[in-house]
This record gives sequence, structure tokens and C-alpha cells, in this order.
Amino acid sequence: MKTTRPTTKLTLLAIAFAAVAWPQDQQSNIILKITGGTKSKIALPDFRGAGGASQFTAVFNETVFGDVQRSGMLEMAAKSFYPLNPPQQEGDLRGPAAAAQPRRGAAPESPNCNGRCLTDWSGPPLNANYLGFGYLAEQGGQLVAFGHLYNTTVPDLAGAKAFRKLYNGPLTEEGARKVAHEYAADVLNQFGVPSLAGSKIYFVSDRGGRGTKEIWVMDFDGANQRQLTHFKSISTMPSVSPDGQRLAFTTYAEGQPKIKVMSLETMRFLPFMNPQASMNATPSFTPDGSRILFASSLAGYSSQLYIADRTGSGLRPLSDNRAIEVEPKVNPKTGADVAFVSGRGGFQQIYRMNIDGADVTRLTSGEGEAANPAWHPDGQHIVFKWTRGFAPGNWNIFIMDVASREVVQLTHGMGRNENPTWAPDGRHIVFSSNRNGSTQIFTMLADGTEVRALTSAGTNSMPVWVK
Amino acid sequence: MKMRNKQIVTTLLAAALLMFAAGCKKKQPVAPTPPPPPPPVKAVEKGPAAVISSFTAEPSTIVRGEASTLRWSVVNATEITIDNGIGTVSTSGSRQVYPTSNTTYRMTAKGGGGDAISAVTVAVTTPPPPPPPPPAPKASLEERMSREITDIYFDYDKSEVREDARATLQRNADAFKAILADFPSAVVTVEGHCDERGSAEYNLGLGDRRSASVREFLVQVGVPGDRLKPISYGKEKPVCSDANESCWQKNRRAHFVGVQ
Repeated sequence: MKTTRPTTKLTLLAIAFAAVAWPQDQQSNIILKITGGTKSKIALPDFRGAGGASQFTAVFNETVFGDVQRSGMLEMAAKSFYPLNPPQQEGDLRGPAAAAQPRRGAAPESPNCNGRCLTDWSGPPLNANYLGFGYLAEQGGQLVAFGHLYNTTVPDLAGAKAFRKLYNGPLTEEGARKVAHEYAADVLNQFGVPSLAGSKIYFVSDRGGRGTKEIWVMDFDGANQRQLTHFKSISTMPSVSPDGQRLAFTTYAEGQPKIKVMSLETMRFLPFMNPQASMNATPSFTPDGSRILFASSLAGYSSQLYIADRTGSGLRPLSDNRAIEVEPKVNPKTGADVAFVSGRGGFQQIYRMNIDGADVTRLTSGEGEAANPAWHPDGQHIVFKWTRGFAPGNWNIFIMDVASREVVQLTHGMGRNENPTWAPDGRHIVFSSNRNGSTQIFTMLADGTEVRALTSAGTNSMPVWVK
Repeated sequence: MKMRNKQIVTTLLAAALLMFAAGCKKKQPVAPTPPPPPPPVKAVEKGPAAVISSFTAEPSTIVRGEASTLRWSVVNATEITIDNGIGTVSTSGSRQVYPTSNTTYRMTAKGGGGDAISAVTVAVTTPPPPPPPPPAPKASLEERMSREITDIYFDYDKSEVREDARATLQRNADAFKAILADFPSAVVTVEGHCDERGSAEYNLGLGDRRSASVREFLVQVGVPGDRLKPISYGKEKPVCSDANESCWQKNRRAHFVGVQ
């Protein structure tokens, strides 16, 4: 195995980030920014609120700041240096002329117009290239946000204005979060960052009762956590079809572990015929959602891999050996190759094969144990867990460039870090970790930074992030 | 023949003589005391005849062990008696009786002008037999399982029945045969479990193999396979949650549960 050098890491990340950036207009710009290591610096002074909107400013500001910061695409200007009187609307801004005339006798380093001139933000000590500002108001029982973004480095106000936009939502915390996500998404869009707003994370939680596990769902930022299954049993290992319409998981609701499939539109169960086996588990969908790959002990001795229609008919084996094989995951880009976990060479490692079961090769080096592969949307990288360099059970998150087998380690021995999956933007990773004691769900950027806990009640694991 | 007849006759005669003599002899010393003089006989005035107005047994049918009540009312009687050990009674009254079989009680009422007789019958039925004594308390399936069956343990990432587990498993097999015979509808769930270190997904497969290899062993030594149901719990149901080898070993197990 090649050792991981900083250059490898940089290249990998550039690929990962570039993959996301391709469809955007400023693609070359972004690659330059990432690979060159320079980021735009943004200042986001708190929005203030009028009337009934004032009680929702805290959740709004927190949401906007969090979304922009966790994108990893922008450097956040230090809040403590913000001028005291930031603009709230366009009319608050003063042109360059006003800024150019410091009064004689004033301290030379103090901002000229206390925040009302763009130069207050672009100059030292803030040095922010961008300024986002606005305010919240109540209008006809609705929450209205007026959001702006200015490029502080452009001298004239008209040229500096990137956008001014109105956002509407219910006059509730939920509504405040909604308009905040929308405003943050528009800000990030200016930098070619696709928004994660509206994306969901499915996961497993035991908070419904000791000894039970149910499938839950939450917004990508941890808001709106709610329970989907109510078996009062163990239901685990969720997987969602790429179109976001079907959920498949493994459940003990009827005794031996079985696969169930549920429509996420109607919340009703869809038929799936499990093979007559002591165990059917770890389902996942093909990119078109038409078929399900899973592990089954149908052959008698050991869990092997199978593929079937999404109703369970047309069953075909993908492997035939005496090792334990689980977690088949189809490449979302090609639909033609499968990453999976097998103990065929000793301790569990990650392998790949064609979707017909041919051409099996091992991807991980054979050191330690490796499991939980998840494909990047680009179809070229996987994120997975590995105990390499640690005792059994001490899992860390790694990314691998499948073609070159080069790996980057993202976590470094802080508890058990497991079940990583990619965000739809291909730039974030959600995973579980017991680094703070109990197992909880975290997100991070694909370079391992911006780690943030999304859950705290009970124990929570096996997150899957979908559009 | 003639000789013998003659002898018998002689003997009989002698015996008769002897008996007669003895009888005469006894009479002398044991002269019976004279009977007490009869009560002075009053001049019996001829009264009215006795009448039994009522004589009933309530209830007239009893289960053995229960009581029936005799009631009566008699007029013009000088002496009233009821048989079956009751004796003389007053002109009206009641008496509880506990006959053990069908019994007819006769009442005789004597009166100056004539006697009266009446009878009631109490029918006695045999009580239904008591339930048979409860059988000696039998151990429940759960008790038998926990008393006679032992978990067996595995090495990390292994599903083969370990050398040191074979004797235990053989003892389990013998116990299963007895238990399954005593509980004809019971099934034994063979649970495969793993420690917390392996991946949850892989451990489902590993637990399945542990369960399968234990079941295979049991079937080979004669436990009926259709009564052994395999199930893998992976690492979902640990019995111990510390992060050390002794705890991990406790979790790497096959556990057995009896299901009726």
C-alpha cells in the first residue's frame, strides 16, 4: 500500500471538490481556489428582526452562519472585528466617496462609517471579500427575509451588489430555518457550491425504547428528527434509492433478520419477497432503483451476495464461496461495478466486482479490517471505515481513489467512526462516532474538517444522506 | 360299616346325656334375679288414636356427607319413636341426619286409641370424584433451558465450534433431546452473537454462521433439526458492554432459547 502523502490528500480533495464544481459556471475559478488554497472571506453580520419576526432571528442567523461555514468553501471573517453598525438594507450603504474622507483627528485605523461603507468590511482587520446582510420582518402573518450579498472589493455599489432577494416562510422556527437555508443556498451558489438544503439524513436510533432500534429521518443540519418505523424491534441498516423514493432496511420485526422496503412518498410498505433463509440483510439499490442487492444465507453455510428485482423476484447469486460477504454497493455512476465487504481473505476487507459477480479484486490492503464502503457520486471514490493502524474495533474514516487505491485518512483514533456516506454534494460526509461517549451522528467536510454533531438523544448510527 | 354306625349313635347319645346333665347342674347356682316388678299399671283410659300430621325429610336427596333435616309433627301420641338410631322424640321437632346411603326413617307414634306409622326416605347420591391430585410440579421450558443448557463461546471472527465447547455442546444436545421430548411443540432458537468490535453488517453474517455451525453439530448428534431454529443477532444484543477481552468473550456466544 502506498503511504498517504499530503500531495495525495490534496489531489484527492481537488478531485472530490471538482466533481461537484463541474456543472457550475465558475468551475475553473473554484478549482483554482481549492487547489491554490485561497478562499473568499465572508462577513455575515446578524440579521435583526422587526415585530413578530424578532423572536426568530437567533435561529435564522445560526442556520445561515452554519450552512455557509460548513460548506467549507468560504472563510468566515472573525465576528469580533465586525463594525458595530452593519447595514440592514440597501439604503444603509454609503458609496465610496463617504468612505474616502476620514475626519481629521479621528483614529486612523477606525472604520470610517462604522459598517455602512463596504470598505469597513474589505479593509483590515476583517479583510472580507463578501458581505451578506439583511433583516427579518413579519408581513401578513408570514416571515419575510430580505437577504443581500455584496462583493466588498468592487468600489461602486451597483457593481458590488451580487444579489438582493426576498424569502417567504411561515412565522415559526421551522419557517425561519427554511428561509435561512434558502438565503444561505443563494449565497453559496455565488461560489459554485450546490446547496444541501432540503436533503435528508436517514439513520437508526434507539431512543424509542431500550433494546429497540427504529429508522429515523432528519434534515441535513439535524433539524426535524422524526421516527419512521414503529416495530418496537430492531430495524437497522437503512438504504435509500437514488431517486429518494424508496427506503430498504433490515429488520427483526418478524423474527429472523429480513429486508423490508418502504415507499418514502406514501410511507407504506412495498412488497419484497425475502428468500427462505435464516438471514437476509444489508440491502442497497442499483442507481436506477430497479433492483436491490443484498446479503443472504440462502446457500446455507454463509452470507453471500444476491441481486433481485426491487420486489425480490428474479433472484440471482453474485458470489459463491464459504466466506462471509455483506454490504454490496453499486457504483452510482457506472451501475456496473459493486463494492462489497468479504472475509474471503481472512479478516473483512473491501472488494470490488462487476455487477455479474465476475472480476473480483480486493481494494483495501489487507491490513486490519475494512468495511462500510460508500460510493462518491462521481463513481471514482469510496469512503469507508478501516482499523488500519489501530486495534480491532477502532474504526477510522478513509477515502480511497478506487482506480489508484490511494487513500486519505479523515479521522484519527477518536473513538469508533463508522458508516460514512456522502452528502449529495459529494463534499460532505455523514458518519457515526462514539468519540464523546455514546454513538452519535456527525457531519464533516471531505477533508475531515468542520466536524459537527447532529444528534444527542439516545444512540444514533448508520446515517444515509440523500437528496 | 355297621360297626361305625353303631359307634356314632353311641357317641351322640353320650353327648346328649352330658349336655342334659350340665344344663341341670348350672341351673342351681345362677338363678336369675327376678325381673323388676312391672310399673304399676294404671288403668288405661282408652284415648284417641295417634295421628302423624307431618313427617318430612328436607332435602330428600343429599350428596353423601351433607345433612337432611327430618321434621315432624304428631298429635295424640303417647310415645313417638324414629328408627335408625334416633329413638324417642317429642311430638314435634326436627333432627339433622347424615345418612351415608339411601335410608328410610320410620316413625312410630303410639296413642291410646291406636298407633300411626309414617316413613320418609332420604336418597343419598355419591359426590363426583374430586379432581385427581395435581401432578408433581413440572419445570417450565424456560426453567429447564436455564438449568440444563449452557451458552458456548467462540474465538474472534470465528464460527467453528471450539474444542473446549464440544463437551458442553454434547451435554446440551442430550438435554435438548430430553427437553424436546417433554415439550413436543417446543422449538429451540439457536442464537449467534458477536462482540462489539466487528462491523455490525459483517457480524450479522458471522452470527449467522455461528448459529449454523452449532445447529449442524447438534443435528449430527441426533437433535431433530426441524426443532432448531437459527437466528443471528450480530452484535445487536450484547450481554456485557465493557471494552475488554473478558467481556468480548462473553458476547461471542451461541445462546439457546426455548419457544413453545
